[in-house]
Amino acid sequence: MSSDPAAAFGACPLPIGATDRVQIGHGSGGKLTSELLERMIFPALSNPALDARDDHALLSIGGARIAFTTDSYVISPIVFPGGDIGELAVNGTVNDLAVGGAWPVALSLSFILEEGLLLADLARVIESVRRASIRVGVPIVTGDTKVVERGSADRIFINTSGVGVVPAGIELGSALIRPGDAILVSGTIADHGIAVMAHRTGLELGDLASDTAPLHTLAAALLGACPEVHAMRDPTRGGLAATLVEIAARHRLGIEIDEAAIPIRDPVRGACELLGLDPLLVANEGKLVAFVPAAAADRALASMRAQPLGRHAAYIGSVVARHPTIVELATPIGGRRILDLPYAEPLPRIC
Amino acid sequence: MNYLDEYRDAKACAIRLGWIREAVTRPHVIMEVCGGQTHAILRYGLDRMLPRELELVHGPGCPVCVTALETIDRAHAIAATPGVLFASFGDMLRVPGSRTDLLASRARGADVRVVYSPLDALELARANPDRRVVFFAIGFETTAPANAMALIQARRGRVDNFSMLASHVLVPPAIASILQSPDNRVEAFLGPGHVCAITGIGAYESLAARFHVPIAITGFEPVDLLDGVLAVVRQLERGTATVENVYRRTVSADGNRAACAALAEVFDVTARSWRGIGAIPRSGYRINEAYRAHDAERVFDVGEIVTREPEACVSGLVLRGVKKPSDCPAFGNRCTPQTPLGATMVSAEGACAAYYQHGRRPRDGEPA
Repeated sequence: MSSDPAAAFGACPLPIGATDRVQIGHGSGGKLTSELLERMIFPALSNPALDARDDHALLSIGGARIAFTTDSYVISPIVFPGGDIGELAVNGTVNDLAVGGAWPVALSLSFILEEGLLLADLARVIESVRRASIRVGVPIVTGDTKVVERGSADRIFINTSGVGVVPAGIELGSALIRPGDAILVSGTIADHGIAVMAHRTGLELGDLASDTAPLHTLAAALLGACPEVHAMRDPTRGGLAATLVEIAARHRLGIEIDEAAIPIRDPVRGACELLGLDPLLVANEGKLVAFVPAAAADRALASMRAQPLGRHAAYIGSVVARHPTIVELATPIGGRRILDLPYAEPLPRIC
Repeated sequence: MNYLDEYRDAKACAIRLGWIREAVTRPHVIMEVCGGQTHAILRYGLDRMLPRELELVHGPGCPVCVTALETIDRAHAIAATPGVLFASFGDMLRVPGSRTDLLASRARGADVRVVYSPLDALELARANPDRRVVFFAIGFETTAPANAMALIQARRGRVDNFSMLASHVLVPPAIASILQSPDNRVEAFLGPGHVCAITGIGAYESLAARFHVPIAITGFEPVDLLDGVLAVVRQLERGTATVENVYRRTVSADGNRAACAALAEVFDVTARSWRGIGAIPRSGYRINEAYRAHDAERVFDVGEIVTREPEACVSGLVLRGVKKPSDCPAFGNRCTPQTPLGATMVSAEGACAAYYQHGRRPRDGEPA
């Protein structure tokens, strides 16, 4: 082993990397989160379904393929432009099922309520859950409610779990992605995170709203027109970047993206400039990313654009054999840069 | 968004790159001072689009990176004091001091809050009269006027529970220090656009004359940066050394008089120790006597601050443009954003963080 690099230059300040406590960054969807999962959780609980590390688990039960997923919602504030925590809790879990090709069948719903929460606020959230569930056509079939003392939770935390059925003939998974695949996004990015962030900081920037929406119909339409789809993801915490970087790293693929081709609304772009945020790192709650064989790309794009939630679908780049594990962006001025995950996403409690 | 698009236009960039290529006949070393400029260069891949004869090195324009270790330790000590509500910009939260960082302190129970403006911190003080609210005021001349404003308002409104831990640094003395250093390689500067919007360009004219270096006062968008490079390259090729303002839409020669008046009202110029560089005379601001009641350094007695940092640190060589982040043997392996060895890797504006984030890994690991 070569001599201590610090000694060559006379040493640097000692690193503060090790920690014995949970930090807010552990929930960000960035590298700290990965570290927590990889070091503490996956090794302890390892099994084939879990180890696949997709957005949901795929189980074989009595010959049927059942998708099973869970998500917790700790977003603050609980009401934000474009939606509330109730709607998010339904759509988010439905989407984890949908991007796996599963048709959602049922949801569970657990509340953790802080003592002192206004019943009117709870009623509003319940009503949102009800409406979202009807919109998706997926019932809440079981649940739980707990109350903790004032100060032990922030108003309301929600967990939803979902089960769905993956129809025969649908084979999806990030392990199927190949060099040459086209990368498509179903619409504009960063809408959710920016709407919440602007609301939190009191920035009146006009037309900003969360894009929270259930994607099961869009996903089904895409799969119907294009059964050759290799994989789909919903880029929530950590944004589009988290999805691309994670797939590139895990499956040792190269990815090249045309930054100018990524659809983003002008008010969102402006807000990102003001807040100093990279839109690629900002959470989405109503978008999917699809990896499709190049020959099917046009057909896939057309099928999404024909759907209300896919009107602004776009082709943003390709999977390549070059530079495996690296995501490279062509910048709008013709330069190149590499996309990487930040240590911790700058927006805590975004979903 | 025409305003932004115009200064990021690919054609406009291509034209300027063409002019630069025509102008260059020999190698030149150019330094951009601001961390924001460093990040923009790397974000757009500009340095790799320039002719190979041009070497861009990155200066100490990252206030987080250069804040003295003693100040960081003092901030941590104040934040850990019972009853204190410690407010800071986000980037300071992860900078390692001798023993800890603010995020870890928060995880251990300190009340540390991220704010986007010193006036937000002042509001926190008004809203929490039973707490002592301290704002961590670092930065160059760009952020100093807002901090001055907060102090003026605090004094006027008798917000006695509000104080500021101020550690401002000034750009012109840092440039002078770099140029006076025996191992200096820098021949020209892209001057700090937003600093000059406050201060005006007079100090840079003195530097250009004294050291015979061309300086282009430059903005932050790709077209602005290329305008700056073009201006200094033309001067280097013909041997002149004057200041050119290529950020006229934001910078006027005299700067912002009202901001400068606020600075004079609240701050004294003082010597400052720049982390990684050392002490530079008359290179910073401290809160003056009239505002002592709001000076956290005087309000809080946190005992003797014992810093734990060896004399030499490679961050300093990076900050002075002598080494690139990728020249450091620890870069990208032992030193990463998760396990930073120095402030240049921690800070959002640090050169090492910029290099790492935009994929400039150690040379043999670079993608094809």
